[in-house]
Amino acid sequence: MIELISAARCTGCNICVAACPTNVFASSLSGPPVIARQADCQTCFMCELYCPEDALYVAPTAGAPLGLASEADAPLPLGTYRAAIGWTPATAANRSVDAMHAVLSAK
Amino acid sequence: MGFSSFAPSGLHLTCDVLVLGGGPAGTWAAFEAARTGARVVLADKGFCGTSGATAPSGTSIWYVEPDPKLRAAAIVSREALGGFLADRAWSARVLETTHAALHELGARGYPFPVDGAGNPIRVSLQGPEYMRLMRKLAKGAGVRILDHSPALELLVDEAGAVAGARGIRRQQGDGWQVDAGAVVIATGGCAFLSRALGCAALTGDGHLMAAEAGADFSGMEFSNAYAIAADFASVTKTLFFKWATFTDEAGEVIPGAASNGGRSVIARHLQKGRVFARLDRADAAMQANMRAAQPNFFLPFDRMGIDPFTDRFPITLHLEGTVRGTGGLRIVDETCATRVPGLYAAGDAATRELICGGFTGGGSHNAAWAVSSGRWAGRAAAEFGRRAPNGRVRRGAGTAGLRDAGARPFDPAEAARTVVGEVHPFDRNYFRTEEGLTRSLDRLDSQWARLTASAPADGTNVLRAREAAAMTAVARWMYRSGLARTESRGMHRRIDHAAADPAQRHLLTAAGLTEVSVSHRPAPPLAADAAEQRSSEGIAA
Repeated sequence: MIELISAARCTGCNICVAACPTNVFASSLSGPPVIARQADCQTCFMCELYCPEDALYVAPTAGAPLGLASEADAPLPLGTYRAAIGWTPATAANRSVDAMHAVLSAK
Repeated sequence: MGFSSFAPSGLHLTCDVLVLGGGPAGTWAAFEAARTGARVVLADKGFCGTSGATAPSGTSIWYVEPDPKLRAAAIVSREALGGFLADRAWSARVLETTHAALHELGARGYPFPVDGAGNPIRVSLQGPEYMRLMRKLAKGAGVRILDHSPALELLVDEAGAVAGARGIRRQQGDGWQVDAGAVVIATGGCAFLSRALGCAALTGDGHLMAAEAGADFSGMEFSNAYAIAADFASVTKTLFFKWATFTDEAGEVIPGAASNGGRSVIARHLQKGRVFARLDRADAAMQANMRAAQPNFFLPFDRMGIDPFTDRFPITLHLEGTVRGTGGLRIVDETCATRVPGLYAAGDAATRELICGGFTGGGSHNAAWAVSSGRWAGRAAAEFGRRAPNGRVRRGAGTAGLRDAGARPFDPAEAARTVVGEVHPFDRNYFRTEEGLTRSLDRLDSQWARLTASAPADGTNVLRAREAAAMTAVARWMYRSGLARTESRGMHRRIDHAAADPAQRHLLTAAGLTEVSVSHRPAPPLAADAAEQRSSEGIAA
């Protein structure tokens, strides 16, 4: 479930509010959006991908939050998934990396 | 505040085609319709580009080069698994249309990987990349997209033709109404609030709306797909468990447990205790391929500090219902029309029996179906919608949770819990019996009666109420169809009728809301070569 919005990284662009398919966030007039409906999070990681500042961290547990209080609690740096799929300028080459054909053709 | 109170202050639009749902089928339908010059509105419950089962994941896709031998082999290869219910002509159409669509995707910027000779490999799609592009293509073609705008009911005219829909804009707190010439239902399947990845919004809403307008269903008994996942996680990728060893609490290997052909063994074991997996049969090269194929599969493991190739981890089975089942709205012709004039269906909301029969595994066939049915439905809806007469008188077709009067308050959470309790358990849905299905139907039927006699849900509850009503209706079509098919065929598995019955190689139509009726119609004619391999019937997956 979504657990963290880093106040240090968030620019208040509210892209996550728009992009979340289950309407978990609410925008606030000043500062970062808030995780207003955490129980509705489907742990799909899409908000992380759409955050241009890598300000979000989705904990991997789908049933209940882990209780992460700050960015320092996250076991991995923020933004690893976005980098992996090639949605950062530095990793754009990853967009065309897809070895599914090798997995599918394995005996 | 009732639903009707949204309408006056909301958004009111007029167009030729309204598409409900913004996944692959919906975006292809909208894109295709808009390209013909039609005015198109697409309303998504969430955000077009991230919502639905495809966006957060990756999917293989049924893509076969236009070599007649390869195409024929691809079509025949899954016939037995699907219980010989698929239609070869539809399969051939889907392969043709999907092929053309994927070439177009590449030309429009989808970054397909390339082989050693530099040729694109088009057998899979990365969800985030694919759906971001589809949103862009739809917008570029002039489609007006309404995000976070779930539809609540269809609008019908005096003649019973579908003429638009109404819903809410949940981030604006008001409503919308779109007067349209035709409507495409592309709202996905129904996964009953299980934790399967991307399925939270897939609650059968489109099925309910379509049924209220008079549409019927086919193949609803093929609705008991369960996918393997780590028990703490949402990410389902059953394919990768082909490389797993399954063990019990004590670490003993569970005989017969497997991702394919042994998932029922896992289900049986999960009824008694925990089941663990370790992907220890993947060598180093395959491990690297898996990471490069599906980065999202590894997110839960990496973030929990688990190496799935060397560590044992507990697993579960998430219900995927009709998402990976093959039942849905019945298609009456090659335009993907339903039996209601002006109403078309595409993607997982429609039956996929036409190409899958009674069984789908991973995304491949469903992904190809979403593309193809989306294109056909979009084009046909545009033509129908442009010809629709002006000045039609429209009324809302919605029932439960919207306008059926009664004093009893509608409790959406309680209603949802009741449905989930009848469809998630393996001993009800995976391993079906006459007794179990009948008992569930008693509860589901009385719940439907109760919901339609309740007071309309208030403003903030109305979406949840409609979702609960939709899940109740879908479960009733599923189980009435499952009761009528007294055999095991495709993914439908009857404990009390363990074998396939050659006399039941037919298709089931389910219809109705107050009373659900099931009737059968002939399956497509069996080709001579298929008749020969029918001895393999009864081998359940």
